[in-house]
Amino acid sequence: MLKDSSVLPPLPESAVTIGASAATWRDAVRLAGDALARSGAATPAFADEMIRVIEEFGPYVVIAPGLALAHARPGPETLRNGLAVVTLVEPVAFGHAHNDPVRVVLGLSVTHANSHIEAIADLANIFNDASAIPRLAEARTIDEVLAVMNWDGDTA
Amino acid sequence: MKIVAICGAGIGTSAILKVNAERALKRLGIEADVTAADAASVRDVAEDAQVILTSPELVDIIGKTYADVVVIQNYFDLEEIAAKLLTALG
Repeated sequence: MLKDSSVLPPLPESAVTIGASAATWRDAVRLAGDALARSGAATPAFADEMIRVIEEFGPYVVIAPGLALAHARPGPETLRNGLAVVTLVEPVAFGHAHNDPVRVVLGLSVTHANSHIEAIADLANIFNDASAIPRLAEARTIDEVLAVMNWDGDTA
Repeated sequence: MKIVAICGAGIGTSAILKVNAERALKRLGIEADVTAADAASVRDVAEDAQVILTSPELVDIIGKTYADVVVIQNYFDLEEIAAKLLTALG
């Protein structure tokens, strides 16, 4: 089946930050925003939008043990669909009842609310393998992160 | 049967929940329509839903509903999602 342009492009090196330090969850989300901006998926102001979603709705973005999926609605800050990966040297608490502390922060930029489901299915293919989060958290090189994230679940 | 997956922004986490709920339902052999939506539109979208899937943090925002509210801790754990859906759907 042909995939449309809504699918997340392969994760570029520029969207990966490994071994980062963040004192608070806000710092951690901001690092993910920085990585999205660096790769051209969003403007620098997108970090503020992602922080605001958590301020408004709470730490529900911590969707699995050790993993936060920071995101916000499509808007002027979202330039194209893209993902960023930030791994933290010291885990950070987001205030989630079950899944804290967070070691890996993903940032997600999507340009249209209805066009991202297929891209998300790719993300589920990666993380439904329970080893993906520890492998990312322990990655020492960007290539190790890319090997986890650019795995093509369709060939399995 | 209608199931609604809810997150704060209606982007990202609710879509993961939708995709994995569909996979869990397929394992269980249950047919259902799964929709992703944001917390603000839950009253409209979930009016005729049997089940609302969401995060522990969003239960209070969802408020009163006739649907079963099923709280998922690990959005990537298909066994957790399948077990909780099976309980909710009886």
